[in-house]
Amino acid sequence: MKPAPFVHHSPRTLDETVATLGEVGHDGKVLAGGQSLIPVLNMRLAQPAHLVDINRVDGLDAVTVADDFVRVGATVRHAALERNDDAYAVLPLLRQALRNVAHPAIRNRGTTVGSIAHADASGEMPSIAVLTNAVMEVVGPRGRREVAATDFFEGPLQTVLEADELLEAVRFGRFTPGTRTAFLESARRHGDYALAGVAVAVDVSGDGGDAVVERARAAYVSVTDVPVVIDLSEAVAGQSISSTWDAVEDLVQSGIAPEADIHASSDYRRMLAAELTRRALATAVKEA
Amino acid sequence: MTTIDETLRVPVTLTVNGVAHTRTVEPRRLLSDFLRHDLRLTGTHVGCEHGVCGACTVLVDGDPMRSCLMFAVSAQGHEITTTEGLGTQEDMGPVQQAFVECHGLQCGFCTPGFITTITAFIEENPDPTEAEAREAISGNLCRCTGYQNICKAVLRAAEIRRQGATEGGDVP
Repeated sequence: MKPAPFVHHSPRTLDETVATLGEVGHDGKVLAGGQSLIPVLNMRLAQPAHLVDINRVDGLDAVTVADDFVRVGATVRHAALERNDDAYAVLPLLRQALRNVAHPAIRNRGTTVGSIAHADASGEMPSIAVLTNAVMEVVGPRGRREVAATDFFEGPLQTVLEADELLEAVRFGRFTPGTRTAFLESARRHGDYALAGVAVAVDVSGDGGDAVVERARAAYVSVTDVPVVIDLSEAVAGQSISSTWDAVEDLVQSGIAPEADIHASSDYRRMLAAELTRRALATAVKEA
Repeated sequence: MTTIDETLRVPVTLTVNGVAHTRTVEPRRLLSDFLRHDLRLTGTHVGCEHGVCGACTVLVDGDPMRSCLMFAVSAQGHEITTTEGLGTQEDMGPVQQAFVECHGLQCGFCTPGFITTITAFIEENPDPTEAEAREAISGNLCRCTGYQNICKAVLRAAEIRRQGATEGGDVP
């Protein structure tokens, strides 16, 4: 199908964008990469009267690496962030997760910030936002505000963003040096929506085979309504990095509430999430 | 409900396969429909129109993207390459040649999306493994072939391209 008619706005500056959103935001949507929005428009599940296309706005396509964070602007494509070596050097989890976001053709157009604003429970990057304690930079007619990732997501496809606000950038927090990370998901076909996925961050002390886990945290894809972080430390703190990680199972299974669908039951997704967590922890500690 | 109003139509200029075209269209005109209906470049096929099947994949500044998930108005200023720009029947590009040699198509509906996707892939990865070839085409659906011959065609296309490069010939 084809989208319903809309008025296309193509602001060139952030000020112009905010002004346009102030006028038409209540009956409009922001268009960035459009890889989630345009399917919805094509199927006429939404018929906004205005689209505010931010693709030509100056200054929104920058990736900035700072001491404490990696800042990603609203029009940075998944593929550009995935290939950014400076970002990878300080926060490998970004690339580890981005490789699992849909297919390359989608990553070439879709934006990381857009997928966070979209807040699909099957999206990979919202879980990365919460695990890295990201800060959302929001701008709108009433000025700027910053929102912690844990306060940003309200439900599936729902965030605290008002209709006339723009998520201008996301600052992904950097982990302390030595934190090891991994991302794993299971999908019926590489690039499809994951049945379950997990991002882990593990702090260890000591070197080589003698290293011991200090703390571990995980965030999930497709098995919670909003991305949550589960602290696994009580199950794994003090244990060797060569352990089997079985102790995390109860914590994971009680911390998530997956929905059932035609692809997998709720119980299957619970077991899958626990198993992926074990494997991701084992992978992370190997990544020195 | 917004009414369809002539004043909502906008002029759009796109460079497709090296040629600039200008048409006046509604902003809701998908790039896929702009190519097919306005420019009559029917090589690009439209399957699902929500980004799943990959048949409409074109190259935007050399990168594969779904033309059904882009508005023509958003594509202004970018170089679009469709399957028509990657060779002709008399002078096929490496991927097209490989599809013929390896029987990489049956009905041919999905083929344009594979041709564009694989062209960009072997540009980035000139000597892929079979596993890499499989992953590269995971975003394109084919209901006829069972994919085995398409995987072979990816590897063969890379080979043809490498030979072309060593012979100093033009690689489209």
